Parts: sequence; structure tokens; C-alpha cells
Amino acid sequence: MLDIKHVYKTFNKGTPVQKEALIDLNLHLDEGDFVTIIGGNGAGKSTMLNAVAGVFELDKGHITIDGNDVTKDPEYKRAKYIGRVFQDPLRGTAGDMWIEENLAFALRRGKNRSFKWGISNKEREQFVELLKTLDLGLEDRLDSKVGLLSGGQRQALTLLMATIKKPQLLLLDEHTAALDPKTAKTVLEMTNKVVTENHLTTLMVTHNMNDAIKYGNRLIMMDHGHVILDISGEEKKNLKVSDLLAKFEEVSGKEFSNDRMMLAK
Amino acid sequence: MNIMSWLWDIQGGATLGVIWAIMALGLYLTYRVLNYADLTVDGSLTLGGAVSAVCVAAGVSPILAILIATISGMAAGSVTGFLHTKFKIPDLLAGILTQFALYSINLRIMGKANFGLLNEVTLFSQIKALGIPSKWAGLLVGVVFAVVLIIAVYCFFGTEIGCALRATGNNPHMVRAMGANTKVYIVLGLIVGNGLVAMSGALLAQYQGYADINMGVGTIVIGLAAIMIGEVLFSKKTYFHRLAGVVIGSVVYRIIIAFVLRISLTADTVIKITADDMKLITAIIVVIALIAPGLKDSAVAKLSGKEGD
Repeated sequence: MLDIKHVYKTFNKGTPVQKEALIDLNLHLDEGDFVTIIGGNGAGKSTMLNAVAGVFELDKGHITIDGNDVTKDPEYKRAKYIGRVFQDPLRGTAGDMWIEENLAFALRRGKNRSFKWGISNKEREQFVELLKTLDLGLEDRLDSKVGLLSGGQRQALTLLMATIKKPQLLLLDEHTAALDPKTAKTVLEMTNKVVTENHLTTLMVTHNMNDAIKYGNRLIMMDHGHVILDISGEEKKNLKVSDLLAKFEEVSGKEFSNDRMMLAK
Repeated sequence: MNIMSWLWDIQGGATLGVIWAIMALGLYLTYRVLNYADLTVDGSLTLGGAVSAVCVAAGVSPILAILIATISGMAAGSVTGFLHTKFKIPDLLAGILTQFALYSINLRIMGKANFGLLNEVTLFSQIKALGIPSKWAGLLVGVVFAVVLIIAVYCFFGTEIGCALRATGNNPHMVRAMGANTKVYIVLGLIVGNGLVAMSGALLAQYQGYADINMGVGTIVIGLAAIMIGEVLFSKKTYFHRLAGVVIGSVVYRIIIAFVLRISLTADTVIKITADDMKLITAIIVVIALIAPGLKDSAVAKLSGKEGD
């Protein structure tokens, strides 16, 4: 489904703040894989997701999605395969536009846009049904500006937008990190439901080790720009946070450092 | 004090207001919707005026002359758009460069700094020929254009492309993540916006009977004044309200200017305010409109006993 092969990326090359963000990164995802990603500060978790999404050009390496080599495709072209939810709730939605406008925009992901009306009445009915499933009362607020919603409501909406047209690949970049613990849990449960019901191939970065163990069928740990640990199946189900910390120290030879992860434990 | 002269001030202000409102609609598209401070407009307004005047003088039908002028403005907008998206020149600079270059181009088109249309057939003389009193012909043409364009822009905003354009100004990250190329919509917005600005210049040249190389100076500030007055006076509920607000704002701006001149003319003040002072007054109006929302918030905060920011 997804293949990341020998990918390298260095930011600010030749300057004092040069940062080797991805170093010989390799990852293969099978269809339907729900992979959680953890790692220390600056391990390259978000950079990997951005590399897949096409936010920047790679220095070296190849990325294929569903058999299509997308290495040279700009971000907007790859979007036809990919649904994304960002850490910042403001990033995934247009705050000055209505809920229904945002959803209609998302429904047309990867399609050519024309001078046809941006929303049809049939689509409005579809949106009402979908918003009901979120159970946030948004189905009565189709013509509310998204900017009026809370962070949690906005992330739930972004999740709906990312999946309203079934993506081949779903990228979740710490999408609950900016929410309060209770809302984060709700959004995470929602995510799990959407992903498992639709068998979406998913990469989810999280700073919460318990969540990383609890959700998904596979867990990878990143350090210094590549994958250092890849656990799936029965082994993942029986994992404990202490095992993960021990494994990290064993593989990387240093202590696990992620400020937020430490706080979240 | 002569009430009639005040009423004629309102009428004259409204006429200029609706004609300039077409420019303000174009600027609204780039400045407010696309979130792009486009300084091309000073040049593209003159370009529209120049093309329209030269075409009319060459015997082209006035309405076709306006159409050609509009297309020339669209071309100017596309230049700014390509400079910005293709070559990554910052938005302000890209607009200034095009505007600067247009000064020479406009002079080339007209062949002189002021191109008069004495006794030429214009859209306004055609309307007068239908039996409409000459004082009302300008207002009628302006209102028809403004109403048609409000409806057209409103409908455009409702299309898939219009939605993508609005979203590009609001959150380009989201637009790219949803598979739309923001660069295309930035260029498109600049094309449509500058087309409207040039259309306004084309009408203006025919209305006042000449095109002048300096007719576009300060267009962006006048447009901002119209947009901001409209936002203060009118609800922002739907895009229909907002677009109508831009037109109302442009009319109110012109009436304010006419009244200021009238008061200065009749009152016994030490310094006589003339048309030359209008740029200063306009700048002050825009500054007040820019800082007013902040002042209002802090006043409300003080009244309710809370600390303002």
C-alpha cells in the first residue's frame, strides 16, 4: 500500500542549524495497517508524515502509494490518495467558511473543481447524517462558521473531512495533542471507529505510549530519522509502556526523551 | 444653505461611488477574500481607463471598449499572479512591479498623459440619447453594473472554483491537503480582481470624458476605504451582504468627500479644504477604520469593568 524506500531529508543544509531529519527511512505498509508511531523529540515522526504528504521535496529516496510513485508529485496532487488530520485544529479546516462548505470542499478532494455549485442539496442530507454520527450536535449547524467551534469539535470535523471521501492512506499527526484529555479521548475513540470500520490504512503519530499500544495493529518507534522498532500482532497486544522504554534504551543506547510523552505517562 | 446643492452632492457622490464600487469589488476579492494585498490596482485602473478611452476614440462601441479594457486588466492581474506564484516574488512587491511597469504601458497606449474624449460616443452619451436626463445617466449605468456584478460575484463564490478561491485565502494548508492547487486560485483571484478594477477605470474614463495617467493613484486606499466603511455600516452575515456593503461603502465614501468639500466651500474656515486634500482625508478614514475595531473592543472591556488587552 505504502512504500517508503531509502528516504533522506536534511533541512537548512549548509547552515549552522542544519538538521538531518530523515536518514535512510524505510517503511512498508500493507493494506489496512493501522500503525501508531512514537519517538523522542526530533525523531522524525512528523517529518515522515510530511514527506509522505509531499509538503517538501525529498533529498533522496522514493515513496509509492498504492503502486503509484508519488515522489515527484506536489502536495496537492498526492492529496487524491491521502486524508490528513493535523496537530493544530486550525490547520485542517477553513475557519471563515461554513461547516457544510468545509465538508463539500473535502468531498471533492482530488477531483477537478468546476463552475458547478459547490454544494448540492443531496450532499447536505449526507452531511447531516455523517455529522449525527459524531454526536456533537453539529448536524443542526451546517451554516455555522467553523471558526466558532471548539478545538475538539474542529478536530472531529477535520477527521470527518479527511475520511468523507475514503482515502487510500490516512495520516494523523498528533491530532489529539492540542486537546484537553477528555476531548482527546473522545476524538481518539472516534478515530479508531472510523479507521477500523472503513479498514483505512493509517499512520498515527502519538505522544501517548498507552494510546500507541492500545490502538492499531502495529507500532513503530522512530529515532534519529528512521524506524528503530517495529512491533505487530500478538507481541504488540502484550506490550507495556515499561517494555517500550526498555526497548528504546536497548536499541538507541540512550534514555527516552520526549517532554510531552513523559508528562503523558 | 441650499438643500438642492446638498442633494446634488449626494447624487453626484452616488454616481462616482457606484462606478468606483466596481473597483472596490475587485479589491475585495484580492484583499479580503484571497488575503492578498494587491498593489497592481493603481496601474490596472488606469490601464482600464486608457484602453477604454483609446478604443472609444478609435470608433469601437463603448460597451465593447469596456470589455476589452476588462480583459487588459485581467492580463495585468495574471502578470502579478505569475510573478508571485511562479517566481516566488512577495505579494506586495509583485503588485508594485506590475503597477510600475503599467505606468509606461499606459502612457504608450494613450500616447500622452491625458486622453480626452470630447464629443466621442460613450456608454453614457448613448444612455442620454435614449432620453434619460444627463444627470441620471451616470447613476443608472453605475447601478446596473454594480448590481449585475454583485450577483455575478456572489454566484461565483458559490461554485466549486469560487469555494476553492475563498478557502485559499482562508487556509491554504487545508486547500492543498484537499487536493487543490493554491497557486491556480491565487492567479485566478488576481485575474478576476484586476479585471473588475480595469472595468471600473473603463467606465470612469467614459463617464468623466477622459483618461489620465494619474487617475489610478491611490486606488488601493480608496478601495480599502470603501470596503471598511461598508463593513462598519453593513452586516457581514452572507457574501451578498458583504458585497452589497462594499458598494454602499464606496457610495458613502464619495458622499462624505462631497460633503467635506461643500462644507469647506461654504464655511468660513482658515484653511480651505480642496480636492487635493482628499488623499490625506481618505488615508485618515482608512486608519480610523483599521484601528476602530480595537478601540471598540477596549472601550467595551473598560465599560464592563474588565481589562483590555
